[in-house]
Amino acid sequence: MTCDAPAAQETVWRSYGTKGRSTRTLRVRTSAVLVAATVLAVLLVPPLVRLDQQAVDLAAKLLPPSRSHPFGTDDLGRDLLLRCVYGLRVSLLVGAAAAVTATVVGTAVGATAGALGGWIDRGIMRLVDTVSSVPHLLLGIFVVAMFRPGVWPVIVSVALTHWLSTARIVRAEVLSLRSRPYIDAAVSGGASRWRVAVRHLLPAVLPQAALAAVLMVPHAMWHESALSFLGLGLPTHTASLGTLIQGARGSLLAGQWWPTLFPGLFVIVPTLAIAGLAGAWRERINPRRRSELML
Amino acid sequence: MTSPLWGAMARLAGRRLLFAVPVLLVVTFGVFAIAAASPFDPVKAYAGAAALGADEQTLDRLRANLGVDQPFTARWWHWLTSALSGDFGESSVMRQPVAQVVGERLVWSALLCTVAFAAAVPAGTVLGVLAARRPGSVLDRAVTSLAYSLEAAPVFWLALLAIWLFSLRMGVLPAGGLTDTASERVTAGQVASHLVLPAGVLAVSQLPWFTLYVRQGVGDALAEDPVRGARARGLSERAVLLGHALRSGLLPVLTLVGSRVPELITGALLVESVFSWPGIAAATVEAATAVDFPLLAALTTLATAAVLVGNLLADLLYGLFDPRVKFSDM
Repeated sequence: MTCDAPAAQETVWRSYGTKGRSTRTLRVRTSAVLVAATVLAVLLVPPLVRLDQQAVDLAAKLLPPSRSHPFGTDDLGRDLLLRCVYGLRVSLLVGAAAAVTATVVGTAVGATAGALGGWIDRGIMRLVDTVSSVPHLLLGIFVVAMFRPGVWPVIVSVALTHWLSTARIVRAEVLSLRSRPYIDAAVSGGASRWRVAVRHLLPAVLPQAALAAVLMVPHAMWHESALSFLGLGLPTHTASLGTLIQGARGSLLAGQWWPTLFPGLFVIVPTLAIAGLAGAWRERINPRRRSELML
Repeated sequence: MTSPLWGAMARLAGRRLLFAVPVLLVVTFGVFAIAAASPFDPVKAYAGAAALGADEQTLDRLRANLGVDQPFTARWWHWLTSALSGDFGESSVMRQPVAQVVGERLVWSALLCTVAFAAAVPAGTVLGVLAARRPGSVLDRAVTSLAYSLEAAPVFWLALLAIWLFSLRMGVLPAGGLTDTASERVTAGQVASHLVLPAGVLAVSQLPWFTLYVRQGVGDALAEDPVRGARARGLSERAVLLGHALRSGLLPVLTLVGSRVPELITGALLVESVFSWPGIAAATVEAATAVDFPLLAALTTLATAAVLVGNLLADLLYGLFDPRVKFSDM
């Protein structure tokens, strides 16, 4: 989880000849398949599969994984595979909503700082540094504690802690664009400051911002599940990956491992797949800086 | 070590302290502003269930007593001035002064984090060097994939699985707490056996980034001229790897440890609450669940201060180890 780790991260990924390239292609393909499978499962299973994830069957409680219940059942006899898909859906939705919010805020702040420059830029970046001195999860916990757990406080708390890295990326990009000839041309052509920012700077910044947003989704998912696990996130009856793991604690201490194991895997696999795909995307939009796969 | 270097370091530390003051001011102000904007009522939190039956007059009197009828800026200033004299208010969930809660628990958190780091750094170094030796080999790919998977895994999930494996299946380690429930005194042996699992999980959660950085650093160093020179001089592979590549590859990574304090705090928060470790991070969760504002405010400030100290430490180490870096530039 190194969204805004220092720049040492941006080191060059050495190419290992054709062998390395084929591994990379394989990784990208696997990631693409997994991301597609995740999206399809999340979009299609709830409307198509006529099964109730809340269907309680006390006679079938805590069954180990079997043919009829591939992931087993939980302490109320609910099918865990179905619960995990629903949980992934909630976690992904919350994560995506938070990532979009954070990206919009971060892009606006970063573009303003980069485009205006001077003391406004310095002030804004000092503020960004200040907010990022508070550990993310702690700030998130504080916000949720003050506003009572729920879907919206969780989204706000994740967004509030994640716009900082986007603001930094966008500001750096705007600063590097400002000295390009086409911007000079627009300015000497009489374009207003606002027009330069919206028509010329913003479109050029968008790919970077979109990439940051995609990379932020797993972060936001992780953050949401941590908050939910601590009992400070989504309400316990809403299946999210965090609440599933939280709810499985009792069964785990009684020796049943499956209600804990599978929701965790549902966090890891999409995270790796999204990171793998985003890494390939970054290589495409910025081939000079072929950076290491980053979570 | 020449004295101008120490002078430069002291000047850097001084500058950072000057920068830390406004940061802490803004953070505490923000904390009070968020609390003021929230629907949370400190009087109801203080009085608990008794507030339900109380009439408005009593509640108002209580408000005046607690000083929460003033605007939040005034409360912030009052909190700040008393915090400077060591008085952080009263924790409502622990029924103790906040300073006392922090003082009692800080030791245990520090112990947990120190042991975890002491385990993660050598393990990460060994794994990173092994992976860097032959880039693209099976071992390299295994280490790298494992590191990415662990980095993506939620810490609390790893902690739960560790409890299941080591406490339930194998029955070799206690599942949580600081001592056995029956024991009345805190003995070193008890603490040590209860420390293994939480510290191990925290170490594993900090391991991936360290391993990957070491792999990258040593891998880059192996491609550089000094290493090529050492190989040309006929030095053994061992001497090349440990004497040259590891030395130049590891130092920049070690200096990064300071800047990873936020991740360490996040990890400790989750690990402590899974293992009921009586540290400061577990207290944060309790404080948040019970909306214990004085404790939360103090802990947020403390964590921010820890992050700032970590950043300073990273910069100081970086300047100390890398003679090309000038302190006056930072």
